[in-house]
Amino acid sequence: MQENIYKLLDLACVIGIVSGIRLMNSPKTARRGNLVGAGCMLIAIIATLISNQIVPAKALLISMGLGAGIGCLLAVYVAMTQMPQLVALLNGFGGAASAIVAFVVLTGSTAAISGVTRLTGAIALVVGSVTFSGSIVAVAKLDGRITSLPIILRGHFILNLLTLMFIAIVIPVAAVASRNATIMLCVLPIVLGLIFGVLLAIRVGGADMPIAISLLNSLSGIAAATVGLTTSNFLVVAVGGIVGSAGIVLTKIMCRAMNSSIIDVLTGKTALSTTARASAGSVDAGTLSKTTQGVPTAESIAADIDEAGAVIGGAKKIIIVPGYGMALSQAQFQVKQILTRLEAKGKEVKFAIHPVAGRMPGHMNVLLAEAEVPYDKLCPMESVNDEFRDTDVALVVGANDVVNPAAKTASGTPIYGMPVLNVDEAAYVIICNKDTCPGYAGVKNPLYLPAKNIILLLGDAAETLGKLLEKL
Amino acid sequence: MSDLFLPILLILAAVAGYKLISDVPSLLHTPLMSGMNALSGVTVSGALVATAFAVSTQSQVLGCAAVVLATINVAGGFLVTDRMLKMFKREKL
Repeated sequence: MQENIYKLLDLACVIGIVSGIRLMNSPKTARRGNLVGAGCMLIAIIATLISNQIVPAKALLISMGLGAGIGCLLAVYVAMTQMPQLVALLNGFGGAASAIVAFVVLTGSTAAISGVTRLTGAIALVVGSVTFSGSIVAVAKLDGRITSLPIILRGHFILNLLTLMFIAIVIPVAAVASRNATIMLCVLPIVLGLIFGVLLAIRVGGADMPIAISLLNSLSGIAAATVGLTTSNFLVVAVGGIVGSAGIVLTKIMCRAMNSSIIDVLTGKTALSTTARASAGSVDAGTLSKTTQGVPTAESIAADIDEAGAVIGGAKKIIIVPGYGMALSQAQFQVKQILTRLEAKGKEVKFAIHPVAGRMPGHMNVLLAEAEVPYDKLCPMESVNDEFRDTDVALVVGANDVVNPAAKTASGTPIYGMPVLNVDEAAYVIICNKDTCPGYAGVKNPLYLPAKNIILLLGDAAETLGKLLEKL
Repeated sequence: MSDLFLPILLILAAVAGYKLISDVPSLLHTPLMSGMNALSGVTVSGALVATAFAVSTQSQVLGCAAVVLATINVAGGFLVTDRMLKMFKREKL
């Protein structure tokens, strides 16, 4: 009887969590949705404590307190700019926790364990370990502790394949192994999982991070769901399953936005190698006039900023296109000031957000929200892309690949076929980028060729925009 | 409860997750992901039970570590999601 009450309570929590996620559909209700989810999770945890009579176990309560404390500190004190790293780190912790739970169940319990338990346990060990080591590598990359360029080992593809093959062998073997074969059962899946996670994540370069992050997010859900099967835990299976498939959907959305597949990203096909990068010059669209480009001097820069100010001054409709460069130079606050100034002058201003701009899904929206740009101004690519045609000025802030018109014409390059923002259709394009180097994909951007309607303002975006603001 | 119950539940959950996320606008992808991330810490429930019934000290220590990590995931995840969502504001009219 009592057991059934707890089952019903678990069910209610799952339903609550589902309705919480539903509320995430709209920015108006999303905050409430998150609170509903958190509340249900709290109830579920308390129910777990009571129904299993864990309350007297002081060590567990202390562990929970410790975890909650660290979690709160991280969430409160980590800067908004470090959000991609934090999300990846928390994700890694979730994966590690799932792997450890599977380990404890497989090695620690005295009761006999069934084949199904061993099978799901081994899967959870692998997936949890992949999630953990992959996330930690992603954190190191996002935090600039290791290079954000793809690191490709000799025979990387073969290594991946071999690891996967071993994993495919170890999991069924672990499922039928005798209880005493603990090593086979636990250590091999963990080691292989850790290796595979590293191999997976070091291969991924900066601009592919949104895909990698959402994939790791999905894996942490899958790890939880399998651990739920191992421990016959209704709640963990249901919630883990939701998170796992949700992550896959998000990963698919990101892949579609880059016109690549998850396999392309994991095998590094989306970025050119360094040598190919150097010779990538010959692929530009060649539609723009080609005159020689002078080296910018202090005067020419000042003149360019004057010109940009005048062009914006005469414009009625302006679309701002942010990219990862805006995040790097923290230019979102200057962008917001420009928005305020332009709107005060009665101009129509919108933001065009490319789905994979930045280092995690939706990165630009968070940065601009932090700078207090109202979210109704942030338009997704699909809805705003046709508007560039009747836009006076497209103001590009630190975006490169996502506005590169070569994606439409330069077949054979990594970005060919990737949907891009049509800034080249605007009457004027003003570009505030660091330099004219090809973006992450290594494809030259024809927008950097001198043209009458394109103004290049090179240098730190925050600085450039600060100067531009004075002219408006 | 039948052996098939949990696998069926898993499939249902996967379908639910698929349907739920397809409707979320790209505007909210970051908070959505970090909210999902917090939910993946649900494994804390499994960690608590497994540790409570673990016999050896080694298992109990490991189990406590899992509880700490999963709770960091849950608490940090929900809080940081809230912090982000708090920033999303409409234009003041």
